[in-house]
Amino acid sequence: MFGTVFKARESGIVLALVVLIVFTATQNSRFLSGQSIRDILLGTAILAVLAVGQAVVMITRNIDLSVGSVLGLSAFTVGSLLRDNQGLPVIVALLAGLGVGAVCGLLNGVLVRFGQVPALVVTLGTLYAYRGVIYFWAGGQQINADKLPGSFLSFGHDSIAGVPWLVLIAVIVLVVAGIVLRNYRAGRELYAMGSSPQAAELAGIKVGRNTIAAFLVSGGLAGLAGVLFAARFGTIDAAAGNGYELNVVAAAVVGGVAVFGGSGTVWGAGLGALLLTVIGSALAVLDINQFWQQAIVGALILLAIGADRLVAVRVQRALKKRDSHV
Amino acid sequence: MSDKGIRPAWLSRLASWDAAVIVITVLVLVIASGTVENFGTSRNFTFLLLDLLPIALVALPMTFVIVTGEIDLSVASTLGLTSAVMGDLWDKGMTIESIMPLCVVLGAVLGALNGFFVTVLKLPSLAVTIGTLALYRGLAFVVLGDNAVADFPRDYTTWVTGTIGGGPIPNLLIPLMILAVIFGVVLHATPIGRAVFAAGASDQAARFAGIRVGRLKFWLYVVSGAVAGLAGVLWTLRYSSARADNGFGLELAVVAAVLLGGVSIFGGKGTLPGVLAGVVLLGTLQNALRLQDVSNEALNIVTGVLLIISVLLPNIVTRTRARFRRRATV
Repeated sequence: MFGTVFKARESGIVLALVVLIVFTATQNSRFLSGQSIRDILLGTAILAVLAVGQAVVMITRNIDLSVGSVLGLSAFTVGSLLRDNQGLPVIVALLAGLGVGAVCGLLNGVLVRFGQVPALVVTLGTLYAYRGVIYFWAGGQQINADKLPGSFLSFGHDSIAGVPWLVLIAVIVLVVAGIVLRNYRAGRELYAMGSSPQAAELAGIKVGRNTIAAFLVSGGLAGLAGVLFAARFGTIDAAAGNGYELNVVAAAVVGGVAVFGGSGTVWGAGLGALLLTVIGSALAVLDINQFWQQAIVGALILLAIGADRLVAVRVQRALKKRDSHV
Repeated sequence: MSDKGIRPAWLSRLASWDAAVIVITVLVLVIASGTVENFGTSRNFTFLLLDLLPIALVALPMTFVIVTGEIDLSVASTLGLTSAVMGDLWDKGMTIESIMPLCVVLGAVLGALNGFFVTVLKLPSLAVTIGTLALYRGLAFVVLGDNAVADFPRDYTTWVTGTIGGGPIPNLLIPLMILAVIFGVVLHATPIGRAVFAAGASDQAARFAGIRVGRLKFWLYVVSGAVAGLAGVLWTLRYSSARADNGFGLELAVVAAVLLGGVSIFGGKGTLPGVLAGVVLLGTLQNALRLQDVSNEALNIVTGVLLIISVLLPNIVTRTRARFRRRATV
């Protein structure tokens, strides 16, 4: 039963993607040019890394609204680090971003765990607090591409065996997170916590520790996404990643990660990220007002949670009916 | 876990929290007038009150919504969308007298959509209002794009920014006070208010007591939207500028002020005077820091941290007290 529900969601997204791509391509063949596809993949890579982190947190019945600000903080930290130390290898930049993000995520997790404060409030607070830190630090300054080392910028554009580095990293993140969530004890515990925190506690799952770990992962991945963002765009100011959290939540929710926790996959979140990026790109190609993008994001969130609700009600009704026959 | 043991504790905690916020507010006012240059001037007092107004206005219905255990994160986007629509209609030549009520109605409709999703489809309000936060702000940009409409009638813009008899009290403060009294009386002295608290304390118990919780919450969202629409009109007139990004991020200040005022994010607890004290404290802090040349964006650190503290502190206090009581009884 759950298998069919889950498949219905993923095939629904794939269907939507195919329809959208075919329609847009017939209107304007430029949509399927190499450059356009590359742009879509690079955009998806960054959003997917963020969406994987969000999925991990949402599965535990929490939410992380601070990811856009963490991305900005990480991008600006790494940007200024590289500007002042031109010789730093890319891997150090990646680790630095990961570290900045992990610290932010750890703070979120500790506040949620030990403060017993709802994740919504904590991360709404840190969304603005982290952003404020960037503004406090960066002010009006901007880091331009010509100040960044060439090796870092080529990391943002180059490919290995035809696959852009950014996409490769996103795929690795997806695969690792997907396998851990599906097959490993740590992953299954997160689902158990999201389905019923009390039951999980009684079953001996260390709910508090896992909550912190989930936020740590989300923060770390947001930090990693910040490095990818810096490498791709080269220009970083204090507003980098502003408002990204809405796209990230939308990607996860559209991909079938339940806001009530306990269900959803990172694959779905990745597909959600791809769908959102393709929509954005299609709007540009079809010459539709770019401002529709955000409205569509909002409508998709409502549509996705509404659809989830209808499916859940139907499943419940079906189960009841089956029970009454017995 | 007997109910008798808990009740007086939270009552006294609430009272002391309210009192603490009021005392801190007075302290901040005194310290700021002593140390911050230009803080104590009557001109600054007017600006302080004018900056407080939209937060206070939107915080009134938000208090009701949070006391029932729900949340409305879309208020700032509702404000932005009504502002954008106001600019668009004015540009198209409609009279301001018909635009203003239309905008309030628009806000109510936007709120009703939230209410529909939360109460009819029974979706979590957090997810719904994050969705409409994006949707309404996006629609605001669709309506007005990057443009600004600025040529609103002088009569209205000067009245909105004006003061009573040229003194330090803004004209708008009187209608706000009247609204605050109405909301306060409804919350604390009518069956509706009792129903709001009951729904927040226990949804199921309230239902068994005959309260139509769904209908109540639906209308709270409608009121929240309508008031946000009104705030959009006033915001537009105050800055003589209708823009799609008007009020961006205001939901943070509103939620922070409400929680700072002692309303529990879990629902069922809170007082309106406490919320107003929270609004004044937040506004005073922001104003004093702004006078010290702290940028608006950096100010968000303060608001964000205050938001977290105002939920964190009561939790810690309750837990420490519980621990002491346990030790005392052993």
